[in-house]
Amino acid sequence: MMPRPGDAAVTHDLPLVEVDGLVKHFPVAGNVFRKPSGFVHAVDGVSFRIGRGESLGLVGESGCGKTTVGKLLVKLLEPTAGSISFCFADASGDEAPSEPVDAATLTGGRLRDFRRQVQLIFQDPYGSMNPRRTIYDTIAEPLAVQRIGNALDRVDRVAEILTLVGLTPASSFLFRYPHELSGGQRQRVAIARALVLEPSLVVADEPTSMLDVSSRTGIMSLMEQLARGLDVAYLYITHDLAVARYMCDRIAVMYMGKIVELAETEELLRHPLHPYTRALLSAVPVPDPEHRRDPPAISGEVAAPVDPPPRCRFYERCPQATSTCESSPHPPLEEKAPGRFAACYEV
Amino acid sequence: MRWSRSKGSLLPDASAGPPRVEPGGGRLRLLHARTRLVLRSFRNGAAVFLESRIGLLALVIIVLFAVMALSHPVLMGTVWDADIYDPVTGYAFDATEQPAPPSWKHPLGTDPLGRDVLSQLLFSTGSEFVLGITAALVTVAIATTVGAVSAYYGGLVDAFFMRLADLIIALPSISLLIVLSGLFDLSLFYLALVIGVLGGFGGTAIVLKSQALSIKVRPFIDAARMTGGGQFRIIFVHIVPNLLPLSLLYMMFTVTSAIFAEAVLSFLGLLDIRMSWGIMIHTANTGGYLLSGTRYWWLVLPAGASITFLCSAFYLAGRALDEVVNPRLSRRDG
Amino acid sequence: MTGLGLRYSTRQGEVRALRDVSFDLARGEALGLVGESGCGKTSLAKSLMRLLPDNARPAGGEVLLDGEGLLSLPEEEMRRVRWRRISLVFQAAMNSLDPVYRVGQQVLEAIEAHGVEETVASARARVARLFRLVGLDPRVMERYPHELSGGMRQRVVIAMALSCDPDIVIADEPTTALDVIVQDRILRELKAIQGQLGISIIYITHDMAVVAEVTDRVGVMYAGRLVELGETAAVFRSPLHPYTEALMSSFPSVSGEKRRLASLSGEPPDLADPPSGCAFHPRCAYATALCREQSPPRVGRGGQWAECWHPLDPAAVPVDPA
Ligand SMILES: Nc1ncnc2c1ncn2[C@@H]1O[C@H](COP(=O)(O)OP(=O)(O)OP(=O)(O)O)[C@@H](O)[C@H]1O
Ligand SMILES: Nc1ncnc2c1ncn2[C@@H]1O[C@H](COP(=O)(O)OP(=O)(O)OP(=O)(O)O)[C@@H](O)[C@H]1O
Ligand code: SF4
Ligand SMILES: [Mg+2]
Ligand SMILES: [Mg+2]
Repeated sequence: MMPRPGDAAVTHDLPLVEVDGLVKHFPVAGNVFRKPSGFVHAVDGVSFRIGRGESLGLVGESGCGKTTVGKLLVKLLEPTAGSISFCFADASGDEAPSEPVDAATLTGGRLRDFRRQVQLIFQDPYGSMNPRRTIYDTIAEPLAVQRIGNALDRVDRVAEILTLVGLTPASSFLFRYPHELSGGQRQRVAIARALVLEPSLVVADEPTSMLDVSSRTGIMSLMEQLARGLDVAYLYITHDLAVARYMCDRIAVMYMGKIVELAETEELLRHPLHPYTRALLSAVPVPDPEHRRDPPAISGEVAAPVDPPPRCRFYERCPQATSTCESSPHPPLEEKAPGRFAACYEV
Repeated sequence: MRWSRSKGSLLPDASAGPPRVEPGGGRLRLLHARTRLVLRSFRNGAAVFLESRIGLLALVIIVLFAVMALSHPVLMGTVWDADIYDPVTGYAFDATEQPAPPSWKHPLGTDPLGRDVLSQLLFSTGSEFVLGITAALVTVAIATTVGAVSAYYGGLVDAFFMRLADLIIALPSISLLIVLSGLFDLSLFYLALVIGVLGGFGGTAIVLKSQALSIKVRPFIDAARMTGGGQFRIIFVHIVPNLLPLSLLYMMFTVTSAIFAEAVLSFLGLLDIRMSWGIMIHTANTGGYLLSGTRYWWLVLPAGASITFLCSAFYLAGRALDEVVNPRLSRRDG
Repeated sequence: MTGLGLRYSTRQGEVRALRDVSFDLARGEALGLVGESGCGKTSLAKSLMRLLPDNARPAGGEVLLDGEGLLSLPEEEMRRVRWRRISLVFQAAMNSLDPVYRVGQQVLEAIEAHGVEETVASARARVARLFRLVGLDPRVMERYPHELSGGMRQRVVIAMALSCDPDIVIADEPTTALDVIVQDRILRELKAIQGQLGISIIYITHDMAVVAEVTDRVGVMYAGRLVELGETAAVFRSPLHPYTEALMSSFPSVSGEKRRLASLSGEPPDLADPPSGCAFHPRCAYATALCREQSPPRVGRGGQWAECWHPLDPAAVPVDPA
């Protein structure tokens, strides 16, 4: 058993989520007889933990499998292999966490209880809301499904949470339709919908990437503030390291379905260990005209992860690759220094 | 209510005091807001609908026919004597020969059996509306459900309904109706049901299913799953309402085809109906008056024109609704 | 270019997408245009190219290219100017390639349509040269758009924009949809090409970091107006307009100290009914009654100017807009 990324920030013995060896393959449709001609290894053996109230960033290029991890975590997709276990605070409210639950076993009523604890904020504030339902309907839906309160209580509750996410006066937003709101306002509604059940974990899939510069910061600080106030843990998915820096306690860098580096945020940004992290960091533009940045030492482009060769996924593009890298399997994610994990033979 | 868990509430004062519900007024307020919303979206839709000339024209024609339908019972109750003017059993004793050409007492003349043509025409208008609208409602109810269900579940369910639809489309529906009406005594209501069922499981279901498929992959369906809602809720609360605009459009087209199918079957004398536009033409035909050119125009022209106008009006209304449903100048932002 | 105005007529009335925008562009210069979504950046690019939709109506102004007025040019002449003098890389251009033709063919057509090369062979050689210029293997010419990644397609589009040796390239959000590593590479290539060929580039973007890295001068747009213009270094060091400051301090950075991010409150204004006085006043931290009532004057310092009643540097003095 390889060591799992531990976590210094966790205050309880048991982390909120523990993901172990998560794998998700998508079949690539073959041509003639519809037999899959191969598999996209979208997520390929990902393990991590998220502590209570912690915010873990998941960073990587487009197509590296970030959204897939998020969807697996909230059970919108079922994993090909691997396990996810959750350990929520006991419903009775005392501090001792209950026994860990294996996500794979959840069905029916227990799945509905699970939905109360784990929520998702979608990337696209335009598509993730039913255009024919009002803001009130959208936010009250989780309450209605979970049978919390009656219709009138819900109006008050929704008004309350709208105020909380900064849509004031709430009464003027309650009965509007999504298309009557701007992108930023919609994303606030999406946040309200995710938080109205007071979940323990929120998976946020690039919540600001489709927003305008000016609303982006507002949403980021709102999410940060709410996380602190409500003790919510985030899995914060983004491709923007600068955003991750402001939102996350720790960052996991993904490359072609694998986590290649995981560390505390400032540590990772200041002293990246993995060659991919270094390339990624050196490609981020800096808003300072005097700053001169060296080109990232990386060649080629990301290949589609269709049945990739068994060696290091980064081998083809890696500036430090050696013959060990070529002949060995993908390097395991190892603890190279306290709290710093990297998957590379050359670190 | 148990919103505030151990970790504390969202708002500092949320746990303090009861929820703010104005006694008695709250539910009304909610209802009021909803009504306003429905009215507003109706007003917006109506504005776009009427902006197109076609829509306005169609509406005028339909209203005209509706007035005609309503005027029949009124006329029968006031100025028309049932013995003379009843559309089925009446007889124009005042005319010397039947069919009689238009006169003051019989503005559209009488038919070969001495019955008043105007009375027949007005009486039938009501039946046509009942027929068309019943068939359309049945079609839309079935097609929407079938479309949403087969799009959502896919697999075997989908395969079953789609093959069924293919089968119904492959069979020429008029000849199927002819066979059915030969086997059973089809009254107006059953005819409406049969047309509705055939349309509902047939082509309309396929159209609505492909629309439902594109709705199913939209992120808000995943968002609905995230709330923990069951499949029933996702289908009927999230997919179906987004299908309704398109359903409405097909409803209009179904009215057209139902009226048309009725006319054909009546003309062939296959229906167990007292009176209809189709039967009027049928009567003229069996008397051999159809072949005598324009001399007995009042036997054919009023009914034929009515069929044409009402069918086209509903069709055009459908086209105008299309503008409301898919406005080319989309007012959505982004 | 001076005093350019543009209105779109819509269902809701007139949208005033551009109001009296003026700037100049020197040969070989890189100018950045930044601003929030909907502030009129794309509209500006389209009016420069005279590629406006039917419901748009130019409202005054003039565009001078080497002294020649473009707005009054007959359509025939304008077609010659487009591509050969000014070319445009559209927003989301990588999706604008025709999926049924090989990408090389599409660039070739652009070249043939403008008759820049005499023979087909020389045109092909030119395409190959262009592909190499933007960092693509010339063999990519034989491929179809769907066989290329987003970054490669974006490069094809840039090659197409460069195909007729334009003097000015307008790049509307050339890298917004791309990953940082690809973005970095494309920006570097554009910069190298600019140096090599001596062309001018107008970068339209909302990413302050990109502007900082690739441009010489930067113009900040708000609600259809240019509110600040100056040397990029000067504007970043000490902005004059409060909006520029707000835009910059709301931008996260991976390097340097972790600052608190300040967020811009409120929403961008409705262009169908822009606020009175300074359009930014409802969101401005420094706004006074004066800002609400009267349009702000133009104040400047060195080559940098802003339109504001309360510029952030009190040393800025009123300047003549001309
Ligand atoms: N339903 C699916 N069927 C087949 N392949 C899929 C499916 N969903 C994702 N993939 C593939 O899995 C890989 C990972 O996709 P994923 O959406 O997780 O990437 P991502 O990191 O979220 O990218 P982005 O930053 O673009 O959102 C991609 O190669 C994608 O094409
Ligand atoms: N064809 C059109 N008809 C009506 N209004 C339009 C049209 N095109 C753009 N607009 C409006 O003009 C304004 C400026 O639009 P423009 O596309 O120039 O903004 P932009 O700065 O490029 O924004 P973005 O960053 O989102 O690309 C917006 O308010 C937009 O809604
Ligand atoms: S293991 Fe080798 S190939 Fe992989 S990232 Fe490290 S140095 Fe590069
Ligand atoms: Mg994604
Ligand atoms: Mg634009």
